[in-house]
Amino acid sequence: MAGLMAGFGRYTHAIVRGTPESLAKGALRSSQAEVDVTIAQREHDAYVHVLRTTLGLEILELPADETLPDCVFVEDAAVVCGDTALITRPGAESRRGETEAMKGALKELNLNVVEMTDESATLEGGDVLFTGREFFVGLSKRTNQRGAEILADAFKDYAVSTVPVSEGLHLKSFCSMGGPGLIIIGSSEPAQKALKIMQQMSDHRYDKLTVPDDLAANCIYMNLPNKGHVLLHCTSEEFPESVKVFEKLKDHMLIPVSNMEKRKVDGALTCCSVLINKKANN
Amino acid sequence: MTTEAGSETEVKENAEEKSAVQLDQSEKTTEGTQEVAATEGEERQTEKEKEKEGKGITRYLPTWFKKQKSQSQTSPTKEVPPTEEPTIKVSQEEAHIPEVNGHAEEVEEKEAVGPQQQQVKEKESHSNASADTEPAGEGKVESAQKSLEGTEETTKEGAKEEKKKEEVEKEGGQGQTFIFQSPLRLVRKNKMKLVVCHVTLLDGSDFTCEVEKRAKGLFLFFKVCEHLNLLEKDYFGLTYKDHHEQKCWLDSTKEIKRQIRSNNWQFAFNVKFYPPDPSLLSEDITRYLLCLQLREDVASGRLPCSFVTHALLGSYTLQAELGDYEPDQPRPLDYISQLTFAPNQSKEMEEKILELHKSHKGMTPAQADCQFLENAKKLSMYGVDLHHAKDCEGVDIMLGVCANGLLVYKDRLRINRFAWPKILKISYKRNNFYIKIRPGETEQFESTVGFKLQNHRSAKRLWKVCVENHSFFRLNAAEQPTKARFLTLGSKFRYSGRTQNQTRLASTLIDRPAPAFERTSSKRISRSLDGAPMISITDTSREAENGREPHLELHSDSKSPVRVRGDNIYVRHSKLMLEDHDKTQEEVLKHQASVSELKRSFMEAPPPSPPQLNLWEKRLTSSPAMATRVQQQTVVPETEASAAAAANGDAKEPAKTTEVEIEETVVVQEISKAPKAAEELQTQEVKDRDGAGLQKKHESVSSESESDEEAEYHPNVSVSISHTQIPEEKEEEEAEEEQGKKEKLTAASSPVEPEQAAAAVEEEEKQSSKEEEKKEVSTEEPMMTPDEASNGITSREEAASVAAEEEELPKVNGETSVVEARPQVICCSEPPVVKTEMVTISDTFAAQKTEIATKEVPIVHTETKTITYEAAQLDGSGDGEPGVLMTAQTITSESLCTTTTTHITKTLKGGLSETRIEKRIVITGDCDIDHDQALAQAIKEAKEQHPDMSVTRVVVHKETELAEEDD
Repeated sequence: MAGLMAGFGRYTHAIVRGTPESLAKGALRSSQAEVDVTIAQREHDAYVHVLRTTLGLEILELPADETLPDCVFVEDAAVVCGDTALITRPGAESRRGETEAMKGALKELNLNVVEMTDESATLEGGDVLFTGREFFVGLSKRTNQRGAEILADAFKDYAVSTVPVSEGLHLKSFCSMGGPGLIIIGSSEPAQKALKIMQQMSDHRYDKLTVPDDLAANCIYMNLPNKGHVLLHCTSEEFPESVKVFEKLKDHMLIPVSNMEKRKVDGALTCCSVLINKKANN
Repeated sequence: MTTEAGSETEVKENAEEKSAVQLDQSEKTTEGTQEVAATEGEERQTEKEKEKEGKGITRYLPTWFKKQKSQSQTSPTKEVPPTEEPTIKVSQEEAHIPEVNGHAEEVEEKEAVGPQQQQVKEKESHSNASADTEPAGEGKVESAQKSLEGTEETTKEGAKEEKKKEEVEKEGGQGQTFIFQSPLRLVRKNKMKLVVCHVTLLDGSDFTCEVEKRAKGLFLFFKVCEHLNLLEKDYFGLTYKDHHEQKCWLDSTKEIKRQIRSNNWQFAFNVKFYPPDPSLLSEDITRYLLCLQLREDVASGRLPCSFVTHALLGSYTLQAELGDYEPDQPRPLDYISQLTFAPNQSKEMEEKILELHKSHKGMTPAQADCQFLENAKKLSMYGVDLHHAKDCEGVDIMLGVCANGLLVYKDRLRINRFAWPKILKISYKRNNFYIKIRPGETEQFESTVGFKLQNHRSAKRLWKVCVENHSFFRLNAAEQPTKARFLTLGSKFRYSGRTQNQTRLASTLIDRPAPAFERTSSKRISRSLDGAPMISITDTSREAENGREPHLELHSDSKSPVRVRGDNIYVRHSKLMLEDHDKTQEEVLKHQASVSELKRSFMEAPPPSPPQLNLWEKRLTSSPAMATRVQQQTVVPETEASAAAAANGDAKEPAKTTEVEIEETVVVQEISKAPKAAEELQTQEVKDRDGAGLQKKHESVSSESESDEEAEYHPNVSVSISHTQIPEEKEEEEAEEEQGKKEKLTAASSPVEPEQAAAAVEEEEKQSSKEEEKKEVSTEEPMMTPDEASNGITSREEAASVAAEEEELPKVNGETSVVEARPQVICCSEPPVVKTEMVTISDTFAAQKTEIATKEVPIVHTETKTITYEAAQLDGSGDGEPGVLMTAQTITSESLCTTTTTHITKTLKGGLSETRIEKRIVITGDCDIDHDQALAQAIKEAKEQHPDMSVTRVVVHKETELAEEDD
């Protein structure tokens, strides 16, 4: 009953999905990197462990599907905000099948599920940045205007602004939320440009936390009871300079999570889970 | 505003008193009016009454007073002032409408007499009743104008007045000038027909009340607010459907009758400005009304929200209307299904609503309303007024006006946003809507973004909404009063009410027990609105909802006087310019001493001048041979072209000087015309055409208000800045708006020029002193805003002959002066705006001229080189083109040569505004002077000064024996 936009960062559930063996060969990637599936799986387990054990979220883990090499990146399959879940239509055709299992899981959680049936629309969750007050949708190779429109239709309460993403895979490949009104942003020129656009498009004021590495700017923020501000971010092995920046966040519970292997296939921290705030009475 | 409230009553009293005193005069003077009356017997009384009232009011409103005098007395003495007055009056009348209403009522009671009513009826029979009052006002105005003319030809005044009256009667329907409406109303109020207005309130009920057919929008609005017991009324307004079924905001400063569709007195009471934080509202009743509006917005789909939000808002509505959920009563479900909470209301939603309703147990209606608002205000489309438009590529978009600025939507997506601080100017022309964007950190130039609206009406409507929203939400409370005044100055479209800050302040003063009110929203909900299109096109015309109480209303009226003052200021300028010529040498001499300083300041301050100064100084030092002459020349340059001419005259070139001056004068006229539009025009006309001109002017003014296809508005203005900017803006707006005027203007300008030129020549011959004065003004002006200049001028001029107007003006000037300086600068972002009417350029020259001119009259050598820079984008802005002259500015600077810079900004049909900068460079010197070099330097400087413009034409004109021409 908290009403609109209350409790940004509050989550009770997380949907994750196993890492298929086919990830090593079949997962889409912008580089030619070799992926060690075993390491990737280990990282993923650690990731889920943090969510479940450290943070106390209820985890709904979908089984890996070998025919869907990218299925571990569940974020792209759905956008959940409040009680509404939008099943996306991934821009990468090989990933369209990922939404089926996601839809089932979300329905299981009694969410108001909206599907993107328009065949001209594409949208991947990695391009959707929800700030707690509004949406920014990156228009990228994977997400188009129509997809953003459908998202706006699904979440009528919020302003939905589009942001061109010229570099990088997704909008959230170089930014994420670090708290209420705090945007973590990479220092690259495209990232800064995108931030400027977002700031101009918004009626709200956002603080920014600039990190040296674009990829390090993808973090998971939560605001959990008894834990306060929580930030899952990259490890110092991956991006030491950026981690130094995060360590300045005194009010946050900082949890470094390694994501070395999955990053090789453009997977970021946020990509690996769909976070849901499910109220007890629902 | 508070002070003004008192003034209303005072005005009334004074009017009565004065009326008694002045009756004699009025009777004597009113012969003309009486004549009219003779024709129509009864009108005499009305006129007399009018005069009386007018006199009483005149104290407070000098302009009115003058007008009346001119009318009644046809006083020859006030020749010049009257001309100014009429124009001013027009503006005032518009602004003051609310007061009029208030006065009218009281007066009516006192003065209402059977015979008058009969007269009114008669008039009505001839024409529309509404028209009757207006015509009278016009007639007065005209008479005033004529009287002004009469100053020259006082003997004819009587006849003129009669004619005027007749005209007024004939023209009654037009109602162009409302100047005398207040008096008229007083007189005719009795006669006025009462009209029944039907106002649909937010709870769906109808409120019916009677208003005079002549009543202004504010009058009805206050009646409704009174009925609602609403004090925080600034957030609300009345709407009506125009001929195209478009919802429009009723302009509270205008007569209702003239806004609505013929005889369709149907209105709706609506929220006009959605408070971003409803919790800051003072009273529950205000929040309740806001809730009612939002319930409708949500139910109609105008305010989109999600299923959950629909349910949540609906549950709060139930809690507010029904109280706690009562499980025993089966009614809720049935009841709910009859209510409309959402465009697509499903059973599921109703169940959800009920479920949520249960959770609100114990919540009071007021608390439920607060919760409703707390959620509604977070919706992204809360308070966003959407307008259909197309972008430059013809793609359908929506423009949303809200508290923070202008939003651009494509479908549901926000694709751009222009916060108010980013917007430098808002304008429209025809069906085009433009915003000028402040350059970003990395950008050098401001950009203009254009949108195409469906038609001219929608463009204007959008523009109005923007102006009002910007004024309401962005301007400061403390400074708002002044702002409001200035905003409303020339154009009707300024927001005349209180800003949000002001109304918040006012709300803190509310001291009454929370009024009890009945929640009957169910009516509304049951009505169920059709799924209105997402886009609600609402026009915001200004409302003037000022005070909460009738007194406050009066205040609003009082505001109008302020506006008038502003107008006066402009008028003065024009006058000043005119007067300057007439000034005595003594004055000139006095000023001479300061001229040099002024020059310096002038040179330094304005952007264009600095480089020139340097050059000038260099050359002074570098070329000793030229020293003497150069000095003289230097003086000339300061005064700009005219000055140059004068200087030349001193040394060698009387002929040239005359030419130059002529041009200058022309420029000045244009300048005044463009920015000030009606006012300036009037002044010009007065000069040139006297009576006829005046009448035309008035007409043009009225036409402006009625059919403005274009308008501008500079929202950026910070409060302090806003004042100054606003005047300019107004000017521009007016200019743009007045297409009809444009023609007149152009026509007037061309004719004027010769006249002025002649005048200028004469002046030169006769008195350099005048020029000197002018020079001073000009020098000052560039630095300062027009107001300041006017101040300075006024002091001098007062002796000359501004009379009553001057009195008013000084105050205004003082007020504005402080703020003014900056605004100009802002305007300058574009080509230097009008304000710097360089009218003066001649001052320094004049002084020198007096000394030297006659001696050296034989023109030795003067080269007149004219470099015309036209905006590269735009073709030459020929006067013949349809474009409206928006601004014109002339700047003179010193250097080897005398440079006269004229900035002429015109609005073209295409919706583009083009600025043409004309530089006239007069190089005066001995054969020693390298003219080629000088000219090259001048061109170089010009390019440097206007990097974004191109030199389209360079004209070299040799006039000197000695001098050589250079390209």
